[in-house]
Amino acid sequence: MSIGVIGRKVGMTAVFAEDGTLVPVSVVAIEPNTVTLLRTPDRDGYSAVQVGAGQAKKLTKPRLGQLKDLPRVRDVREFRLDDVSDYQVGQTLDVSLFSPGDTVDITGTSKGKGFAGTIKRHHFRRGPETHGSDSHREPGSIGAGTTPGRVYKGTRMAGRMGGERITVKKATIVRADAERNVLLVKGPVPGARNGLIVVRKA
Amino acid sequence: MTLLQELVAHQIRTDLPELATGDTVRVSVKVIEGNRERVQVFEGTILRQTGSGITRSITVRALRSGVGVERTFKVNSPRIEKIEVVRHGVVRRARLYFLRDRVGKAATLRERRA
Repeated sequence: MSIGVIGRKVGMTAVFAEDGTLVPVSVVAIEPNTVTLLRTPDRDGYSAVQVGAGQAKKLTKPRLGQLKDLPRVRDVREFRLDDVSDYQVGQTLDVSLFSPGDTVDITGTSKGKGFAGTIKRHHFRRGPETHGSDSHREPGSIGAGTTPGRVYKGTRMAGRMGGERITVKKATIVRADAERNVLLVKGPVPGARNGLIVVRKA
Repeated sequence: MTLLQELVAHQIRTDLPELATGDTVRVSVKVIEGNRERVQVFEGTILRQTGSGITRSITVRALRSGVGVERTFKVNSPRIEKIEVVRHGVVRRARLYFLRDRVGKAATLRERRA
């Protein structure tokens, strides 16, 4: 595992690469993060860096006690590291952690699609729209008959789609803008605009 | 200007003339052949414009050796050296797909005088 930061999705645009190709990019805003706690094997049983971002309106008393003279961060995430000696509580982490060409893993919550049918959810094919057919978007058969006499577990059916934790792996950094605190990442990033995003070195 | 526009503002070209569908344009594109770079010129009528901001593009239609050829260019691309407007055409629609069914004089548009 490796260190990362918390950011928010701004949206998508495109930039021209040096060879003239237009590269689609996602923009992730990363306001400077604060290291809020170091986890050590002696005390916690594992080692990790706890990072916080944003401004909290309200905090629980335990969190207030922990943060004391640190910024009142809204969101907190931990990054498991083998060695945390490079980091100190109160230290800030920002986009300078990354440089163009680096690969990162990006985690976020995908857009919720509600109760979705099998075509949208599992890419099933639809039935005929005409010629007397009624099975326009039906799932079709969900199994055999008397043997086995039941529907197998894990059979793909309609249901809740989206709104789950998704990680995009090995996304390339196109630009790291320290002035505006934004990261430009090639390709899509999970979730809606303003959604919380965790960017971790791949 | 939104943050998304701000991030690409320096790549948006301001040195190009105003372009409209129906205009006859001469597009100079830099092409790389092996390790040499040269400029290729493509002249034709703007059939349609799509996209906005950095992704804005034009499709140019020309007749080459009796065959209709359409090329789409990203207007803001650094590969484009220049775009010259040769002639303004009078058009009443945004996408001139009817030109595909026409050849010769029928495919020419009336000229707009400034």
